Amino acid sequence: MPADFNWAIGGEAGDGIDSTGKIFARALSRAGRHVFTSKDFASRIRGGYTAYKVRTSIDQVESTVDRLDVLIALTQRTVDENIDELHEGSVIIYDGERTSMADLEIPDGMVGMDVPLKSLAEEAGGAIMRNIVALGAACEVTDFPIEHLGSSLEKRFSDKGQSIVENNKTAAELGAEFVAENYEAESTEFEYELETTDEDYVLINGDEAIGMGALAAGCRFYSGYPITPATDVMEYLTGRLERYGGHVVQAEDELSAINMALGAARAGARSMTATSGPGIDLMAETFGLVAQSETPLVICDVMRSGPSTGMPTKQEQGDLNMALFGGHGEIPRFVVAPTTISEAFWKTVEAFNLAEKYQTPVYLIADLEMAVTEQTFPPEAFDMDDVEIDRGKIVDEDEIDEWLDDEGRFRAHAATEDGISPRALPGTTDGAHMSTGLEHNELGRRTEDTEIRVEQVQKRQRKVETAKEREDWSPREFGNPDSDNLVVSWGSNEGTIVEAMDLMDEDAPTSSSCRCRTCSRART
Amino acid sequence: MSSETRFIDFKSDKQPTWCPGCGDFGTMNGMMKALANTGNDPDNTFVVAGIGCSGKIGTYMHSYALHGVHGRALPVGTGVKMANPDLEVMVAGGDGDGYSIGSGHFIHAVRRNVDMSYVVMDNRIYGLTKGQASPTSREDFETSTTPDGPKQPPVNPLALALSAGGTFIAQSFASDSQRHAELVQEAIEHDGFGFVNVFSPCVTFNDTDTYDYFRDNLTDLAETDHDPSDRDAATDRIMDGNEYQGILYQNEDSVPYHEAHGVTEDMTDIPDGAPENATDLVREFY
Repeated sequence: MPADFNWAIGGEAGDGIDSTGKIFARALSRAGRHVFTSKDFASRIRGGYTAYKVRTSIDQVESTVDRLDVLIALTQRTVDENIDELHEGSVIIYDGERTSMADLEIPDGMVGMDVPLKSLAEEAGGAIMRNIVALGAACEVTDFPIEHLGSSLEKRFSDKGQSIVENNKTAAELGAEFVAENYEAESTEFEYELETTDEDYVLINGDEAIGMGALAAGCRFYSGYPITPATDVMEYLTGRLERYGGHVVQAEDELSAINMALGAARAGARSMTATSGPGIDLMAETFGLVAQSETPLVICDVMRSGPSTGMPTKQEQGDLNMALFGGHGEIPRFVVAPTTISEAFWKTVEAFNLAEKYQTPVYLIADLEMAVTEQTFPPEAFDMDDVEIDRGKIVDEDEIDEWLDDEGRFRAHAATEDGISPRALPGTTDGAHMSTGLEHNELGRRTEDTEIRVEQVQKRQRKVETAKEREDWSPREFGNPDSDNLVVSWGSNEGTIVEAMDLMDEDAPTSSSCRCRTCSRART
Repeated sequence: MSSETRFIDFKSDKQPTWCPGCGDFGTMNGMMKALANTGNDPDNTFVVAGIGCSGKIGTYMHSYALHGVHGRALPVGTGVKMANPDLEVMVAGGDGDGYSIGSGHFIHAVRRNVDMSYVVMDNRIYGLTKGQASPTSREDFETSTTPDGPKQPPVNPLALALSAGGTFIAQSFASDSQRHAELVQEAIEHDGFGFVNVFSPCVTFNDTDTYDYFRDNLTDLAETDHDPSDRDAATDRIMDGNEYQGILYQNEDSVPYHEAHGVTEDMTDIPDGAPENATDLVREFY
């Protein structure tokens, strides 16, 4: 039996594809199976082709493959779009009572299962549940115990009332029964059987991991402007951040979002904004101010295809130069780029620590594939006991005296040996000071004095040098270190590369790859 | 400290570089007086300033302060106040900062009704860049970039604020120091977004909207039968083309943002590790 199984549901936007796919992914996860999902979606509310794909195995799965074993097709286009991934023996579940699907031709060698999804859903209580009927059918085909689907349905619908849950369970059962009665032979011959284990897995996507990382790291303020594919970070935090005494604000634009976050950070809150490329372009205006005023701020960029509006729902990793070099003048910064979803959690925690320890902006860079992919992890991958918080050089009222000049003024931008100045949060007695985007002296007052300019530029630069010494910037490495082949990558490609390496190793045991995980760089 | 705080405590040791006679001197003095009169001190006060002559105010005052980028002072003030509601937040800017490059933020800050004050030094000219038209310049006001005048109606900031749901809308004159300080003080004391447009004449580049012009044309609403709680009356005054000082409109039932949204906690204090119940966050994903 093949180690992995690949399943998809496809239809039009508005058909509930995403929701249905996630219900099935959760059912598998709850059954102790590993899951890796991918989405094909368009930037529209209704119409157009959209699909949700699930790859599942007993072992960890870290990428998608171009093979589909079971396809739930709500439209003809779903079959057409996936024809190259379907193979001999693949099962296509569809509703032949749907006018547009009545003439569906099942390609040679594949098995078509004509299931009256809508009629059975109506029998269970409403046509809206037709996708759930299809899920029940898929369970029967794969010998997957339907109670796990029931468990997932409970999680999804329990807040809508028990009768809704029960109706959905009935719909699933009707789908399973229909297949058992009408396609018994085909189901029995189907070569995939989805075994279960007793493991408990977490099913999470990249945006959620970033949001959860922010909560774990003590983030208290988030301001953002909705943009694909970063909106899920904001939606995740909304309501949850408030539970910890924080707040989420939907700003009028990205300019406002980053400035609100900057304000909250000046006040002393751990603060973050998240956006995608078009928003990063706007935020570039304030990025320099964040660095010049030495404000700790995490700016998350969930990359999508550019330039300009580009392809909002498609993957691209085109923002690296903007992150490393964007903005006029010399801007010391850190760029942190997780390569897996669980790492996105830890890198978010690290980003907050870096921001406060070095009083700099930190770009936290993810990409669309990481953001929208749901993947399973053992819960230990997010062990909250391992979260460490380092707020850097915050001085309180007892310590502030040593940072006052002869006239009792707080030296908020003191040119220290390691470049890091003391930080007095507003409200601290005797700490009143200003900070500015202008070049300034150690008190934060504007200056055009040549020597002070040089001193302050070098002081800010020194923070990056200090961080290079104190922090771990080593890349994640995989494979054989003696190999002649080196693969350098970043972002969500890691899983695919790891799996590709395994395949290469099967062919040629000496091959290996290696990859850079974290980029850290300052313009000098 | 607050009980003894005098307005001079809010003054830094940096001498302003504003032109002699600039309205911004009087505007700033009134702000400092109002802060002292409301029981604040430099260590619990956060001043946010934008760009332009007005933006320099953070340097000349003594408090916690951020001098930000052009037009974005209000979002910064919003973030400061939400993160630490105990701070007194005052945002200062000019007509270019607030009504041109920052006009979008102005409208939304008014709507949000965050409990802070916003003092705009309106001189109807771009001074620091040496004399170009501002959004409040008159239609026929000739400048280096508008030789025949802007030929566009000036922005009416009071009307913008009223239409956006403003809960405190006032106007003052930098030269009438007592009234100006009183109005800023009322803006500070208001439960919500206290907005004061200040006529702050530019003595170098604006020979139209001068001290004399305002002295001759300004009507103090306190000397009329204007009722600031009457929104229709405020609308009439704001749209009638005359120059007023005083409170145009105040909603006594104003509900500030932090009350409407329950944002009352100081966000600056966090635990040394993940929050105690953080594992629940992981469980949500089972």
